[in-house]
Amino acid sequence: MSQAPALRTTYRDALRMGLREALLADPRVFLMGEDVGRYGGTYAVSKGLLAEFGEARIRDAPLSESGFTGAGIGAALNGMRPIVEIMTVNFSLLALDQILNNAATLRHMSGGQLSVPVVIRMTTGGGRQLAAQHSHSLEGWYAHIPGLRVVAPATLEDARGMLPAALRDPDPVLIFEHALLLGVEGELAVEAAPVDLDRAAVRRPGSQVSVITYGGSLPKAMAAAAVLEAQGVSAEVIDLRSLRPLDDATVMASVRKTRRAVVVDEGWRSGSLSAEIMARIVEQAFYDLDAPPARVCSAEVPVPYAKHLEEAALPQVEGIVAAVRALVS
Amino acid sequence: MHVFVMPSLGADMEAGTFVEWLVKPGQAVAKGEVLCVVETDKGAVEVETWTPGTVAKLVAEPGQRLPVGAVMALLATEGEAWEAVAASPVPAAAPAEGAAQPPAAPAAQPLEALAGAPGGRPRASPAARRRAQELGLDLAAVPSASVDGVISLADVERAATAAPAPAAPSAAAAPAPPAIAAPRAQAMREAIGVAMARSKREIPHYYLGTQLDVEAASLWLERRNAGVPVTGRVLFAALEIKAVALALREVPELNGFFADGRFQPAAAVHPGIAVSLRGGGLVAPALHHADTLPLTELMERLKDLLRRARSRELRASELADPTVTITNLGELGVDSVYGVIQPPQVALVGFGRVAVRPWVRDGALVPARVLHASLSADHRASDGMRGARFLAALERLFQQPESLA
Repeated sequence: MSQAPALRTTYRDALRMGLREALLADPRVFLMGEDVGRYGGTYAVSKGLLAEFGEARIRDAPLSESGFTGAGIGAALNGMRPIVEIMTVNFSLLALDQILNNAATLRHMSGGQLSVPVVIRMTTGGGRQLAAQHSHSLEGWYAHIPGLRVVAPATLEDARGMLPAALRDPDPVLIFEHALLLGVEGELAVEAAPVDLDRAAVRRPGSQVSVITYGGSLPKAMAAAAVLEAQGVSAEVIDLRSLRPLDDATVMASVRKTRRAVVVDEGWRSGSLSAEIMARIVEQAFYDLDAPPARVCSAEVPVPYAKHLEEAALPQVEGIVAAVRALVS
Repeated sequence: MHVFVMPSLGADMEAGTFVEWLVKPGQAVAKGEVLCVVETDKGAVEVETWTPGTVAKLVAEPGQRLPVGAVMALLATEGEAWEAVAASPVPAAAPAEGAAQPPAAPAAQPLEALAGAPGGRPRASPAARRRAQELGLDLAAVPSASVDGVISLADVERAATAAPAPAAPSAAAAPAPPAIAAPRAQAMREAIGVAMARSKREIPHYYLGTQLDVEAASLWLERRNAGVPVTGRVLFAALEIKAVALALREVPELNGFFADGRFQPAAAVHPGIAVSLRGGGLVAPALHHADTLPLTELMERLKDLLRRARSRELRASELADPTVTITNLGELGVDSVYGVIQPPQVALVGFGRVAVRPWVRDGALVPARVLHASLSADHRASDGMRGARFLAALERLFQQPESLA
């Protein structure tokens, strides 16, 4: 591949590029949520968009997640392409009725007559000392629901590319943006290649263990793989990208090669997405396994406020390295 | 003091690998009680004691490969204090004739896999298990490189390359790896080959065969089975075993061993039932006292024997005791089988399938269920005349099925 012109940017700016691209490409697209307009977004993702696109397309919503998410679903039903931003996944629970009972079910309930092409973006994850009501990783719950597509961009390419791809989907798509990724810097090709929403990606090839993760845990898994390489252990890192549907083929191809799997998920362990991934590995690749699948998850406590406790509760590089070392002797 | 030694579990056995103790010092044991498990080419075998007493000292350790006759434990007999016996020196091994190889040096490879799995099933990953099966490797013989003793795929691959290559040209180049590392299926195939070659070399076989009308016996069995639940039904194979066992009473020259240059008739009838094993090979454990068992009990014992043979949980006496062998290939559609005698036995009875054939009975051509029975016998122990008498007895017994009940 020839060197495409690239720019140095952040995950946050890449998200904004995706928003701008979508707003420019289709007049039916609009952004709605708490503080997305005048304040520029709680995490400054939509900064400057109000000035560029105006109040009709960048709409500040009242503090009622159920209300503005429902309004977004209604707009989608009537032919618009709304982007609903919910401040954090914790608050999305107030809109869960709209997301589960309306967005996810209306195509089914209407016998295919209704489409809900809404995109709902929200921040997820901990690590910023925002305590137990702003720091959880509940995307695994949404990945449980048929009728939704759930994606988690973990790279700059996906931060920019997943939103336009999600808007092309005729059904509701939830995008989970991990707050710790917002400041991540990197190179991003100026000419954006479109991204798909279906496939997991091998972010780092390896031969001895598959580290399967997504979203905010990807940089930790990559750092762990680098540490492991220095110790002589070759780890393959899989970025799931799509949490529903899961790309079993990519995961199983990797596990069949490495014969060992460590799932890294910031969600709680019990009844989690990591549990689902492990179950599928055992179902589909049992005879290829050379060790029991392992997990690195958050401690089963409300995410603590105190910095050292929060660090201890969330998956960290050392924990991933230790989990891999336990499998690869 | 009784010295409990590695038993010979068949004429072809030279050594066994000690797996685990099922008793502890100070424990009283009765005659026939299982003391330990030993791994042989024929699978894991529970070894009983035939001398009652109190376990005094356990000498054998898991993973040790011991020649036949090697001391495994000391038992205190009646009137002895087991603590005193435990303190006495361990007598030198008494290897059986022909198995006079020195005990293997303490296993160079760690065998934590065995130690870590008191149940006997080695802890191995699914990938390791599948690969070992492909290679015909016995997992119990694969050393683990990990501290927790779990056998990984890499351990299996290592063990496979360490296994002796067939027909290695330079025998002196390297000391042969312990036979424990040899793939089990291959080891069993070699053991069968050795025993069968010896049989064909030493035993002057003669062969007789006859077609038996088993219509009456089949009808009798069907009527008997009609009134009982599926689990209580008796297979025709059980009828065959009972018939052979009873017929052997009439022709004792076919039931026993040829040893020390002469035939030694056996006091009891313990037919060895040939059982093919998944993954290749076969084993023919004894169904003890088949001639005295009521048919229902014989069937239960047969089921139990088959299950344990296939899960490799046979007892030592079952492998060492058979006085004659019965083989039945009828299930696979074979009409007749002429087997090779398992030394030191002197006879083998073969059965084909029960099939409907045109048959002349009382001058009329009728469809009838018939069965081909064959006898392979050792001419050093009997003549064709006696063999013919055996087959005639078999035919008569099948005509009187109630006598087989």
